[in-house]
Amino acid sequence: MTAPASPPEVLRAPLVVEFPFTRSLGPVQSAFLTGLREGLVLGIKTSDGTVMVPPVEYDPRTAEELRELVEVAPTGTVTTWAWNDRPRPNQPLDTPFAWVLVRLDGADTALLHALDAPGPEAVRTGMRVRVRWAAERSGAITDIACFEPHDGTGTGRAEPHDGVFAEPVTGIVAQARLDYTYSPGRAQTAYINGLSERKTIGERCPSCHKVYVPPRGACPTCGVATTDQVEVGPAGTVTTYCIVNIKARNLDIEVPYVYAHIALDGAGLALHGRIGGIPYDQVRMGLRVEPVWTEGGRFPDHYRPTGEPDADYDAYKELI
Amino acid sequence: MPRTSRHARDVAVVAFAQSDHLRRTDELSEVEMVMPVLHQVLAQTGLKAGEIGFTCSGSSDYLAGRAFSFTMTLDGVGAWPPISESHVEMDGAWALYEAWVKIQTGEADTALVYSYGKSSPGPVRDVLTRQLDPYYLAPLWPDSVALAALQAQALIDAGETDEAALAAIGARSRACAESNPHAQLSGAVPQGDYQVRPLRTGDCPPIGDGAAAVILAAGDTARRLCARPAWITGIDHRIEAHSLGLRDLTDSPSTRLAAERAGVFDAPVDTAELHAPFSSQEVVLRKALGIGAGDVEGQAVAVNPSGGPLAANPIMAAGLIRIGEAAARIHRGQSDRAVAHATSGPCLQQNLVAVLEGDPA
Ligand SMILES: [Zn+2]
Repeated sequence: MTAPASPPEVLRAPLVVEFPFTRSLGPVQSAFLTGLREGLVLGIKTSDGTVMVPPVEYDPRTAEELRELVEVAPTGTVTTWAWNDRPRPNQPLDTPFAWVLVRLDGADTALLHALDAPGPEAVRTGMRVRVRWAAERSGAITDIACFEPHDGTGTGRAEPHDGVFAEPVTGIVAQARLDYTYSPGRAQTAYINGLSERKTIGERCPSCHKVYVPPRGACPTCGVATTDQVEVGPAGTVTTYCIVNIKARNLDIEVPYVYAHIALDGAGLALHGRIGGIPYDQVRMGLRVEPVWTEGGRFPDHYRPTGEPDADYDAYKELI
Repeated sequence: MPRTSRHARDVAVVAFAQSDHLRRTDELSEVEMVMPVLHQVLAQTGLKAGEIGFTCSGSSDYLAGRAFSFTMTLDGVGAWPPISESHVEMDGAWALYEAWVKIQTGEADTALVYSYGKSSPGPVRDVLTRQLDPYYLAPLWPDSVALAALQAQALIDAGETDEAALAAIGARSRACAESNPHAQLSGAVPQGDYQVRPLRTGDCPPIGDGAAAVILAAGDTARRLCARPAWITGIDHRIEAHSLGLRDLTDSPSTRLAAERAGVFDAPVDTAELHAPFSSQEVVLRKALGIGAGDVEGQAVAVNPSGGPLAANPIMAAGLIRIGEAAARIHRGQSDRAVAHATSGPCLQQNLVAVLEGDPA
C-alpha cells in the first residue's frame, strides 16, 4: 500500500502595493498645512466659539460651513496617551515614544501625534508639551516632527488669522507602501506549477463539466469547488481579438500588435494572450494558434498560427 | 410573530455559518475559504444558490492587496447567469443592513449575506492605517492597537476601568470561547506583555483569517425555512465625528443612538454579542447600551457567550458574526431577545446595532 501523495506545497510570493495618492486641499486644510510649513498652528472657530485643532471645514455637529481661522499656541496639554515600545515602519519616531492626543493652548479639541519622552513613567495625562518642528517643512502633518515635554503654562488665546500665505500648499501626496506575502491558494498553485512544465492545467466543474482555465477553485455558474484537474491545449482557437496601437510604458513590444481571446482545446472558456508570427491585419476569428515559450519564460510569451485550417465558427461560438 | 414590529416587513435571520478562524490559511484562496461557509448556510435552509433573491457581501481590498477582490469570491456564490448582487467595502454587518433594506422594499424575500477577511498576507495593523483621514492621520501611520490604547488610557484616567478589569474581560471572553469550536483562541490566555501600553496581548484581538454567512428571509418564508426565526425587530447604524480629538473616547453616543432607534431599550435583552475587538471597547459599549457588569434592568445578560472578537476577529466578518451568533442563540432557544453590535473604523467610529427576537415559546 502506498501513502497518498501529499498535496504540493502552496506557492507564496512577495507582493508590494505602492501608491502615491495626490490629494487636493480645501481652503481650511490648505491654510492649516501651509501654516505648519511656516511654523504656526491654525485652528477653526465654530459659531459657538469652540476652536477645533486640527481644523475641519464643516462643523461635525451642525454641518455649518466653517471659515474663521485662528492661530493657537504651539504648546498644549496631553488629554490621553499610549506608550509605543516598538515603533512600526513610517511612524513619526523610530525610538520608543508615546502616541498622544494634545489639546493645544487656545484649542478645545485635540490633535493626534507622537511625543518624544524617555519612557512611560515620564508621560501622564495632563502633562505639558510643545511642538518640535521638523527641520525641513513642506506643508504636511509631518511638519510637526513630534511633541516634547514643556514646563511652561499657556495663554489659551486663539488669535484671529486671515489664513493668507504666499505660495499656499494646495495639495499633498500621500505615499503608501504595504508589503504582503501573497498565496494564490490550491487551484491557482496547481495552474502555476503546471506552467513551469509548459502544461496548461484547468479544472473541471463536477456539476456542469465546464473546464475553467486558469482555474480559481470554484465554478461561477454552479458555485461549487472545481477539483478535477484537466490538461488543456496546447493549441487553441482565436475567438475574438483587438489591435493595440498605443505602446504601453515599459512594454517591449512593437505596435501595432494583436491581443486575443484564445480558447485552448478542451477548455470551457477563453484566456487571453498576444498573437505573433503573423501580420496584425491577418489575424482573424477562428485562427488556430499554439503557444510560444521563451527560454526561462514562466508563461507563454505569445501564440503563433499552427498552419491548420481555421476552426469552424460553430466549434467556438459558445466560447466568445 | 415578533413582539415588536416597526417595519414594513418582518425579516429574520434564518441561518448562520462561519469558518474555523485561523492565523493563516495559505492553502486557500478567498473563494476557497468562503465557499464551504456558503454551502453550509444554504444547506441549513435547503435553499439553492439560484433561489436566493439578493446577495450582498462585505470585504476589503486593502486586506487582499488588490482591487475589486470581492469579485473573486462571487464565483463561490454561483453568480452566473447574473444574480442580484451588491458589495460593501465594510464589515458584513453593513452588507446585512443593505440586504435587510432590500427585503423591506419588497424587491426580495430572501438574501444571502457573507463576508470574509484574510489578514494573514499583510501587516494588518499597518494596513488599517490606510482607512484613516489621509490629511492629518494616515501620514503618521498610527496603527489600530495604538488608537485603541489611547482610548483605553482615556477610560483608565476617567476611572471607568483599570488594567485588572480589562484583563478580566479578556479572560472571560476566552473562557466562553471554549464552547465555540470556530474560535481562534480559547481557554486560559496569558495577559501578556504590553503591545501599546496600557493594552496587553490579552486585551487585543487575535489576527486571523475567516468568513461568515447568514441567510435572511421575510415573513412566512422565514417560518418555512427555520423552526425559530431570529426576527430583526430593529436595526440602525450611526457614526462619530471622524477626528479622534473631537470625540469623548470614553463614550459611544453613536452606539447609544443606534440602540435607541433599534429599540434595544424598549425591553430587557438576555444576550449581547458585542463587536469590541479590544477589551477596553467592551467597557465603552456596555456603558452605551446600559449593560452593567452582569445585568440590565435586573436581568442577567450573557455578553459575548461565543467568546466575541477577543477569541476570533476575522476583519470584515467579525461584526456579521456577532449578528449570526446572537441569531443562533435564538434559533437554539437559548435567547428570546438579543442585541447584536458591529463596529468599523478606529476606536468604535461606526456602530451598527440590531435587536433580534424569537417567537414566544
Ligand atoms: Zn459548474
